[in-house]
Order: sequence, then C-alpha cells, then structure tokens
Amino acid sequence: MTGSLLAAITALFFPGIILRVKSIASGRKGPGIMQPWRNILVQLQKGSVISTTTSYVFRLAPVIYLSTILCAILLLPFPGTPSFFGFEGDFVLFAYLLALGKFLFILGALDTGSSFEGMGANREALYSMLAEPAFFILFGTLALLTGHTSMQQIFDSFQFAGHSSFILGFIAVYLLVQIAMIENSRMPVDDPKTHLELTMIHEVMILDHSGFDLALVNIGTALKFAMYGLLITNFLVPANPGRIIAGGENLLTSHELPVITGSSPSWMVLVQVGVFFMIQVLFASLIGLMESFRARKKLARNPQFIVTLSSIALVAFILVLLITYKMIS
Amino acid sequence: MNDRKYTGLLTNPGTVAMAEIPVLEYPEFRAFTDRLMGEEGTHCLTYFVVPQEDKYRFVCCMAADENHEILLFSHEQPMEPLPSLPSLTEKHFQFHIFEREIHENFGIGFPGHPWLKPVRYPAGRHDPSEGMNHYPFYTIEGESLHEVGVGPVHAGIIEPGHFRFICNGEKVLHLEIHLGYQHRGVEKLFTGQQDFLKQSILAESIAGDTTVGHSLAHAGVIDTLAGLEISQGLAIERVVALELERIAVHIGDTAALCTDIAYQFGQVVNEALRTIIINTTQLWCGNRFGKGLVRPGGSHYPLTAEIVATILKNLDEVESRYLQMASKLFSLPSVLGRFEGTGRVTTMQASLIGAVGMAAKSSGMYRDIRWSHPFSAFVEYSYEPVMLHKGDVWSRAMLRKMEVEKSMEVIRELLKRFTIYDLRFTIEENPKSEIRNRKSEISLYDASLAPDSLAISLVEGWRGEICHVAVTDREGRIIQYKVKDPSLHNWMALALAVRNQEISDFPLCNKSFNLSYCGNDL
Repeated sequence: MTGSLLAAITALFFPGIILRVKSIASGRKGPGIMQPWRNILVQLQKGSVISTTTSYVFRLAPVIYLSTILCAILLLPFPGTPSFFGFEGDFVLFAYLLALGKFLFILGALDTGSSFEGMGANREALYSMLAEPAFFILFGTLALLTGHTSMQQIFDSFQFAGHSSFILGFIAVYLLVQIAMIENSRMPVDDPKTHLELTMIHEVMILDHSGFDLALVNIGTALKFAMYGLLITNFLVPANPGRIIAGGENLLTSHELPVITGSSPSWMVLVQVGVFFMIQVLFASLIGLMESFRARKKLARNPQFIVTLSSIALVAFILVLLITYKMIS
Repeated sequence: MNDRKYTGLLTNPGTVAMAEIPVLEYPEFRAFTDRLMGEEGTHCLTYFVVPQEDKYRFVCCMAADENHEILLFSHEQPMEPLPSLPSLTEKHFQFHIFEREIHENFGIGFPGHPWLKPVRYPAGRHDPSEGMNHYPFYTIEGESLHEVGVGPVHAGIIEPGHFRFICNGEKVLHLEIHLGYQHRGVEKLFTGQQDFLKQSILAESIAGDTTVGHSLAHAGVIDTLAGLEISQGLAIERVVALELERIAVHIGDTAALCTDIAYQFGQVVNEALRTIIINTTQLWCGNRFGKGLVRPGGSHYPLTAEIVATILKNLDEVESRYLQMASKLFSLPSVLGRFEGTGRVTTMQASLIGAVGMAAKSSGMYRDIRWSHPFSAFVEYSYEPVMLHKGDVWSRAMLRKMEVEKSMEVIRELLKRFTIYDLRFTIEENPKSEIRNRKSEISLYDASLAPDSLAISLVEGWRGEICHVAVTDREGRIIQYKVKDPSLHNWMALALAVRNQEISDFPLCNKSFNLSYCGNDL
C-alpha cells in the first residue's frame, strides 16, 4: 500500500521532470515541473467532444485504461512492505491488467474509424504483443530463482541470491526501462513530440479524445511511468537491508529462498523512501536524456528491437537455470 | 522566315523578339523535341501557350546545360476548332505537367497523355464545372489494400495539399499528390498592372521560403526587357542575398529533418544557426527573409562595410558550428538508420521526370543553373555544382551540408571582389563617390520595356531552377507572365520516392524534398 501511494505521488512530478530535462538538454529553460499536471487539471474541467461515428467503446476506453493501471499499481509491493493485495502468481494479473487497459484503448481507437488511428492501434498492438514475452520470461526467471510466484515474496527473497542478484537485477532494470519506454510509447519506438500522424503510435490513438477523457489518458500515462519506477525500485532496494550479508550463497541450492519481513530499524524505511524518490528522478531524467540525443528508430526495425528484449530475458533465464543446477542436475 | 528550328539565348536573363522565335509545324515540333530530349543534359524549362488574336502560340523553352544555352521554339494552332495534339508526354514524361496545365486552361486535347488531370483549378479555366471535389484519383482494387488520405488540412502549420496513399499494410504502393488548393492567380496578377514595385512584391510572395530567388528571377526579366545594365556591385549583392537565403533554408531543413526523426539535439542546434543567418539578412534589409532586398534595376539596400563585416563574421561562426553539428549528425547510427536508403529516387527516374535542383543533384544529375546558365555575379564566377548519386534521404541531407559549404565559399569570394570594386574605393578613398556610384542605380519601377518580346530569366534558388518568362505586347506591356517554381517538377519525385517505403517514412521523405505548395499552386 505504501508503494502504491508513493508511486502516485511521484507520478505528479514524473512527466514534468522528463520535459524539464529535455528542455535543458536542448538549451531552453523549459516549463515548470508541474506544467503537465496543470494541463491535466485544465482538461479535467472541460467537457469531451465525442465523434458521432463512435460507440460506447470509445467512451469506455479511457476509464478502463486508467482503472487498470490503478489496479496494477495496487499489486506492487514496496521494499519491505506488503502490497495492497498480492497472491501467488499476481504478476500474471499485473501484466494482463495492463494488457486489458491497452486492449480497450486499441478498440477505442479502432472505434473512431479513422485510418490514422487504425494504423496507430495496429502498431501499438504489435509492439505490446512483442514486449509481453520479455516481461514474462523475466518474471518466470525470478520465480525460478526464488521459488515464489507472488511479487512481494519474489522481491523479499530476491536479494538473497547473492552476487547473482546483482547481475539479474541489472538485467531486470534494463529490461524494465526498455519495456516502460515501449509500453508508454516513447523513444526510440515512438516519438511523443511529433506532429506527423503517419508516424505516430500512441499520440495518434488519442487524437479523438478530448477534455476529461484526454485527462484520464494523460493521468494513466503519468501513473504508468511511476509504476515502472516502483517496479525498478523493488529490484534495486533491498527489502531488508540489514540482512543481505547474513544470507549466504549456499541458500541457492534450496528450492526456496527465505522470505524475511519486518525487523529492520524504522529509520531504514525513510532511507528506502529516499532512495525510491532518487530512483524515480533518475529514471525520469534518463528518459529525458535518451529522448534528446538520439533519433527514433525506423518503424520497421522496431519489432526487431523489441524482440531483442526477449532474448536478453532468455539469457537471464538460462543463467538462472545454470546457477540453480536445474539444467544439469 | 527563319530556317533554323530554334532561337538560342546565350545570356541569362535574355530577351528575344517574339517574331524571332521560329514557328514550326506540329510534327516538326515534335520531331525536334524528340531530338533535343535525346541529348544529354537537355530538359524542358517551360512550355506554355500565348493566346494571340485568332491563334494559340505554343512556346517551348528548353535548357541545353552543356552548351549553356536556352533554346526557344514554338508552334501555332488555330483557336477554332479547338486543337487536339498528339501528346509529347507519351515519350517524354517531363512534359506531363505543362500539357496538363495547357489542357486545363485552354481545353486543348492531348491524345496519348497518360495522366491528363487538372493541376490547379484557376479561375479562368476552360471547364469551370470541373471542381476539386471530383478529382479523378487513381485507385487499385484489392482485398489487402487500403487507402489513407492525408490533408488538405494538416497537423502543424503547413500549406494545404492532399496526399492519397494506397497501402498494403505499412507499405506504400502508390502515392498521388493532389495540389491546387491555393487559388491566388499569381500569373494573372503580374499582367494586371505595369508597376514593377507591385510586381516585385508579388514575386517575393510566390513562395515565401524563396523570396530572394523569385524576386531575383523577376528582376532579371524586367532588367533584360528594359535593357538595363547591372553593375558588378549590384550583381554581387544579389548573389550574396541569394546564397544567404540558400544557407538559411538548408540549415533550417537540416533542423526539420532532425525534428522528423525525433533527434532533438540536431533540431535545436540547427534552428539556432538558421536564426543567425536570417538575422544577418534582417540587419541588411530589415526583413529576415530578404523582402525588399532585390528590386529591378537597383537596390534600396546597398551593402556597406559594416554589413559586409557582419556577414563575414556570422558566416565564420555558423560554419564552424554547423560543420561540427553535421559531422555529429552524419555519424550518429540512429540518424543514419533513418536516412540511409530511405526514399530513393534513381537517376533514371529523376531524369525522366525532369527533376531540377536538389532533387536532381542528389540523384546523380549534374543540373545547376549557376553552372549551366550563369546569372548575375555567377557570370564571372565559375561555380562547380555538388552532386551525389544515391538519391535517398541521406543524399538530400548531405547535399544540403555540401551546398551550405559551397555557398559560404561563394559569398566570401564575391565579397572579396566586392571590396575591390566598390567599397574600398568608395568608402576609404572617396566617401562621397559611394553615393554617386549607387545613386545611378536606384530601383526602377516604370521603365519602358521592349515591345513584342519574350524575356526569360533563370535562377537557381535553394530548391532548384526558377524560371520566369514575360511576354510583352506592341506597347511594351506585359501580357503574359509565366512562373515555374522547381516544385512543379519535383513533386513527382516525392511520389516516386515513397513507393515501396513504409508509410511512416513519408513525412521524412517529404521533408527531405521540402517542396513548395504555393509555388506549385501559384
């Protein structure tokens, strides 16, 4: 629950930090950190213009999109504290909640009947589909390593994998950053700044949304970033900092890594929260920098790039198979 | 009656009496066109109709690049009954746009023309019932094909134009570009009055991004019709203005290419550099795009030592920064991934459609008016055009960089000569003589023009070959004015470039040509 609240708070600053970093990188002063949310507030006060060719699907899409993201955030733990509701195999629900929101969103775009939005929806569907295996192989790997299938238990015990947790943590963070970029339709897959409908993916799908509906979509996007930031934090910040060293390499041979909760000093929580904010700021700045100093990929090369992520996840998977002696037992 | 089949003009701009342009029989005209088109480096500048009392006079202007000559020849047809002429386009595709234009304006048939569609729907067209809503788009039937229509209203502040794609998934099979949404009637406005100031202002507005190019072409037409001699100093000033415009637009386009591939760093750096150049033009004449700078007969803004110094200083600054940026741009893998191999126009295609300017030079054609038909200060400056072969977006981006370097060289060299001829002499040794010297050269707005003549003026604007033609009547009034912006030829190059490309690369291809909508619509 702590994590979900913290993620919601950082979502307030996230888009602003990206914008600001991009502005500074391009030699401009840039708008205030809160500008994206000021825009959202303005949009919230406006009514929506809805095309006569659309049906209820179009109006439903932004609501479902936002609510699935909210539910997904509630599934995430914060290092050392439990998630709002977690259960065995909850990462599957996490992934498919996001997929459900996206699915409705794609339907909404198709519902407008615009050829642009059709193209955007088609691309979005393809890229999400290709990014999905990377996510599942990654979490499958973690489940294999830790012997747990709920996200909270995975993260609580993940740090006990010793040195291999550093390697895996690094791979996982890399994959999650890239998946976040793809799922949020940012560079190098999509360009959020472009005005060219023919090259758009996400932007073209929200062309017909306006006012309140558009605000919902924008809130969803901001939350989604913060959500991935929280997920990354879980890999980097130990659930129980005092106990890492105590855990030994020999634990690897057992089927399950121990889950340790509580018992860390209370000031440690403050450190964890501080690190969490730092990670979010770094993550946002990284996105801003990545979008400033390179060009976007050719659209036809995107699938190739996204599939690469799955192969990196597979490398991690094989690594874990090897170190847990499951392949050569 | 003249035995020769054509009249050759060796000067640019040049005037010739209408009577001196040979009138051929149509079959002879066609055969002669065939012969010319068979020669290397010959292309059609413009082909238009001059209505005379009871007949149509079809005048064809061709450029022979190797001989540095402009060839003029014509044929006549009676007004009644409406003539129907076997099409030249059948064999020589570059005539397609001219025959379409003639067909639209006069209703003259061209049997054998594969694409006899309206061009720009002018007010006085032959068949007013033919509206924009009934434009006959090309269609392909197929289960897996879909059409995407873009425009005429676009996202962003650009001009109106409709693009109709026929796609198979993300792949473009065919693109048809439908222009003609701006009905300004520019050519008509030129003939309405004989005030050269008004005409000059009008010429500046033909295409806002080629202000100097078009006003220079117009000034050339008036200069030659009025028989004015242009001093070395003025000629240099005009070319400096033209090259400044070229540098500014090329750098601006490099920025725009970066925008389209989402390379923010390249975009902001190049935009800042463009500003330095257009501000230099503003310092010179008060307008960033050079409006008011080029006028027939003279100039209101003679270069002073101070402006020359600023131009040179700013060029140095922009050059070092631009080259640094360009070397970064052309070595960044993510940029090369977008530029290389995208939107290819082969040399064969470019020569078939009669591509001019940047589109031609980046596709392996040696075609540059500054070299083939030197004008103004280029007469005494032997310019060597740059050329690339691949014809893709990379070539068009790279060509811009190379031309910027070339233009800077031209400006520096000409300003050196300028100092020798005018400024050092006038300011340092005899300050008063500058005033006397330049006073004899004030802009001329009401000269009398040569009667019954045709004047043609070619200018290599940044986009390519600009061609202005004026025809005068017995009293020396302009009765016909033809403007040809390079875009008229090059739009077809864009349509060819995106074939078999991804539809998402279209904006990039489009920007790499950066063609003018209003230059086409007039």
